[in-house]
Amino acid sequence: MGNVPGDLRYSAEHEWVDGELAVGGEVTIGITEHAADALGDIVYVEAPGVGATVTAGEVCGELESTKAVSELYSPVTGTVTAINDELASEPESINKDPFGTGWIFKVAITEEPAGLLEASAYEGLTA
Amino acid sequence: MARRSPLHSEHVALGATLVDFAGWEMPVRYSGDIAEHVAVRTSAGLFDLSHMGEIAVRGDDAVALLEYALVGRMGAMGLGKAKYTMICAPDGGVIDDLVAYRRDWDHFVIVANASNKDTVLGELEARAAGFAVEIEDESDQVALIAVQGPASEGIVTAMIARDADNIDTLPYYAATNVVLEGDIHAFVARTGYTGEDGFELFVAAADASEVWRLALAKGGDAITPCGLSARDTLRLEAGMPLYGQELTRSTTPFDAGLGRVIAFGTEANPRGDFVGRSALETARDAAPARVLVGLVGDGRRSPRAGYAVTDVNGGVVGEVTSGAPSPTLGHPIGMAYVDAELSAAGTQVLIDVRGRGEPMAVAALPLYRRAQ
Repeated sequence: MGNVPGDLRYSAEHEWVDGELAVGGEVTIGITEHAADALGDIVYVEAPGVGATVTAGEVCGELESTKAVSELYSPVTGTVTAINDELASEPESINKDPFGTGWIFKVAITEEPAGLLEASAYEGLTA
Repeated sequence: MARRSPLHSEHVALGATLVDFAGWEMPVRYSGDIAEHVAVRTSAGLFDLSHMGEIAVRGDDAVALLEYALVGRMGAMGLGKAKYTMICAPDGGVIDDLVAYRRDWDHFVIVANASNKDTVLGELEARAAGFAVEIEDESDQVALIAVQGPASEGIVTAMIARDADNIDTLPYYAATNVVLEGDIHAFVARTGYTGEDGFELFVAAADASEVWRLALAKGGDAITPCGLSARDTLRLEAGMPLYGQELTRSTTPFDAGLGRVIAFGTEANPRGDFVGRSALETARDAAPARVLVGLVGDGRRSPRAGYAVTDVNGGVVGEVTSGAPSPTLGHPIGMAYVDAELSAAGTQVLIDVRGRGEPMAVAALPLYRRAQ
């Protein structure tokens, strides 16, 4: 059971979302400490490109560790506005600082977000 | 409820991430997969292998039974020697790959994979009808602790209170009885599953924690506790098969390129019947349709077990059995069964990595070989 910051929202697929959860808002997205710990040392991240359209609950990339590969889901619907270029050379940031320097991509929301979890509910999911 | 190793409390104290593995709750990692992997390649790693099965075969007919039940020539083993061998079904399929240790002229210990231990035990008992042997499952009484890596000889030597003079000259695949510090009896073998020099220590389950702590104390900064994740990438680089992936009930040893473990005997030195003999003779004489090869790529996406191997035109020519980003080599590697005509080193193939073909080249196994 990893750290679960109280000020973020979470998806059941173990992404976190930070920012204004409304149409027009921009949010930052990453994976939780719980997910990073389960994957082990991440060596490769494939994020959606800037300008790509992502849909809540759908696969938009992948994360590869020595142990396993995991799909990356978008927790919101919208347009990708940025990806974390640092992860190309330092994918281990996701293990070291999953809620900070290990962020993966940013999305401008185009559809009202639904179904995201509060920290306490996400904690219940991973207990 | 998963079973727990006698070292469970040590793993918890070290902050290990525990996972279910073959019905056991075992450490998948302590600090990080890559750091653990690198520690074994450059210094030493400490592994808990207590989930493995230990089956003792004793008695006047121990040699006769094992020569009948297993594919190797067990009677030719010297005292204190280890041998990599297999137990096959009558159709030649591999039931398990094993390491056998000859502890006395009439006493062998067979180490089986955790997932197969009950099957191997049952097969040995069934095949023992009419043989004067006693077969005993010692898995619960025995803890198996491995020290692997270039620094392992020094660490194991430091752990030993008596008989240490044997260890530095102990050959690969040989074993000896020693007394460790704390008056703990151990059977120490120069064997492993990492591609490095290393040792495996068989000790009483009641002594396991003390031996584990002794290894950490003697190793100091030179030893790193390692989990199943590092064990898997280490054996993959070293081209060692994993039962359930490279070896299954529907593969023969020949398919896996391991026909050498079968002793059919020669005219001058004939061998009697053994389970699977007839089917294995047929397999020997027929070239296998698919053979086990290594894969190397220069991209970022790794092959994984079950992914299809295709030729450059997209026709399916095989299947990946194992794969990972290689911590030592720095690029994706794997093992796969591919059609024999595409098995030459350097052949270009595509791996269907979740819908996209990733180019990789066939390579000879092992993919990593330590400097001698």
